Amino acid sequence: MRLLDLVTAAVLMLLGGIVIYDALRLGAGWGIEGPQSGFFPFWLAALLGAVSLVLLVQAWRSASVEPFVTRDRFIPVLKVLGPLAGFVVLTDPPGPWSGLGLYVAAGLYLGFYMRWVGRHDWRTIVALATVIPVISFLIFETWFLVPMPKGPVEAWFGY
Amino acid sequence: MGLENLFLGFQIAVTPFNLFIAVVGILLGTIIGVLPGLGGANGVAILLPLTFSMPPTSAIILLTCIYWGALFGGAITSVLFNIPGEPWSVATTFDGYPLAKAGRSGEALTAAFTSSFVGAFFSIVLITFFAPILAEVALKFGPPEFFAIQLLTFSSFVGLGGGNPLKSLATILIGFMLSTVGLDIVTGQLRLTYGFTDLMKGFDFIIAVIGLFGIGEILLSVEEGLRFQGAKTEMKLRVVLDTWKILPRFYRTFVRSSIIGFWMGFKPGGATPASFMSYAFAKRFSKHPERFGKGELEGIVAPETAAHAAGVAAMLPMITLGIPGSPTAAVMLGGLIIWGLQPGPMLFVDNPDFVWGLIASMYTGNVIGVLIVLAFVPFFAAILRIPFAILTPLIVVICAIGSYAVHNSMIDIWYMLIFGVIGYVFKKLDYPLAPFVLALVLGDMAENALRQSLIMSQGSLAIFLTRPISGVITAVAIFFFVMPVLTPWWRRMRGMPHGGPESPQL
Repeated sequence: MRLLDLVTAAVLMLLGGIVIYDALRLGAGWGIEGPQSGFFPFWLAALLGAVSLVLLVQAWRSASVEPFVTRDRFIPVLKVLGPLAGFVVLTDPPGPWSGLGLYVAAGLYLGFYMRWVGRHDWRTIVALATVIPVISFLIFETWFLVPMPKGPVEAWFGY
Repeated sequence: MGLENLFLGFQIAVTPFNLFIAVVGILLGTIIGVLPGLGGANGVAILLPLTFSMPPTSAIILLTCIYWGALFGGAITSVLFNIPGEPWSVATTFDGYPLAKAGRSGEALTAAFTSSFVGAFFSIVLITFFAPILAEVALKFGPPEFFAIQLLTFSSFVGLGGGNPLKSLATILIGFMLSTVGLDIVTGQLRLTYGFTDLMKGFDFIIAVIGLFGIGEILLSVEEGLRFQGAKTEMKLRVVLDTWKILPRFYRTFVRSSIIGFWMGFKPGGATPASFMSYAFAKRFSKHPERFGKGELEGIVAPETAAHAAGVAAMLPMITLGIPGSPTAAVMLGGLIIWGLQPGPMLFVDNPDFVWGLIASMYTGNVIGVLIVLAFVPFFAAILRIPFAILTPLIVVICAIGSYAVHNSMIDIWYMLIFGVIGYVFKKLDYPLAPFVLALVLGDMAENALRQSLIMSQGSLAIFLTRPISGVITAVAIFFFVMPVLTPWWRRMRGMPHGGPESPQL
């Protein structure tokens, strides 16, 4: 706990510094017609710097030896985050590559997680990993007309 | 005059389409309230894009009904599964779960839903009469008054929020800072973008809400290894009727808790302390305080009444001042702007049909709500029996869809992921999330009010203290800000022990 508290306070202080840097570039004083663009961010960041300094001292002086998270409790968290990042990349990877679209990626993600974490049998997995994306497609794409990222499979069906 | 307007509102809220919308909202909201990782705020945020094409009044009815539903849903998980879906349901678990384990879940849930309804109803009646008056007063407010109210909003998180006041202050400052990222509409300059084009659009608080409260909450619950082993439930009409015969005995608790709830509720973050406070009062005034915590019906009545009275009261500053009292109200405020309405006192002048339709729908929505939850409790409880490995990715996909839909932009899904991790870390380190979201929402308004005030006063901060209304509000705000510093000093003066009972963290 103590280490992460220290790190967080330090990160906040760094954040304050970065903001002050840009606020000074914009001008943090009084312009021709009132406060300049950097005025509000500057004072926020300055105050954040002061607050995070006190938080840093508080964390430094605290005697908490309790770890932020134990190894066996953190593994399930990573098991959620990993596939989640994979799902986002599959949907539409950053850069010039085109992705599979949200619905197909969602199906693959659902199936993968159900198998990996839940150990469900294949019939349930295939059924749910198909039905859930199809239902979401019908609700969002056709009923409420909210477009989602689409890929080759949707194109093949004419969308 | 108020009643005529209310009648006008009912003509809007009781159309078949709007009643249908209310039923859909309550059903969705209750499901959202029951599901882990989805609560009032992010549930409303995810479904917000679906309302873009609706008429504003129907849209707000849908969103508020989702909110009422989520409030009811929180009671189901608290009583049956001992899992408080929302922080203000924590006190409901104290007596709710023991009752459910003793096979009296029907009674417990009936008491919870009925109390919620009573608390909500009390606040709605007060809103009906106070909202127009408050809006009338607020019409005379200038930028200094609005900035002073913002100060008051955030000072109450610092002074009354419990936990480490500096951490509350830090999250408020970060929220405000993030809100300034992007184009400054006053000067036309780009701020805090550091040359990244993606940052030009700034951060949308709806994405932040979905990430912080949705993904963050899921990460927390898998870490805690939640297993949903709930008590059995069945709702028989006879049990409901029998419980209704007992409940009037607690009329004192109902009245006291409603008042506590409303009073705490229109200040931000008030629902949670209100529920604990009213539980403590009920216990103190009870003839059998020793029964509390072991399955006393009154121990459910008190926190549920107060939490719902507070949840409804949070709507009062939202519709009259344009300043939301809770993250959920903040998301609704974002909705108002998207639908093309200007939040604040002018709503009562420019869009009376919207405001009064909304107020009337609070009555209809809560009546529909209590009937639906009473009738379908087993169905809602069954949702939590869906295996965890299916529920988790499903909620994640829904969050992703909701994030993307706001601006049709892929970067928002990445932001959702980042905010999720931040939410997880902040929650573990006791950095409160609600003030962060509110600061992100109100950032532009606060900055504009500050700028205009300073222009009015030629740069002197004294303007906030010299104008009578803003002076009083600012003074109270300053008092709240310094309260965490004064309290230990005051205790030492009076010779009281250091520390004392910690108020619950938001």
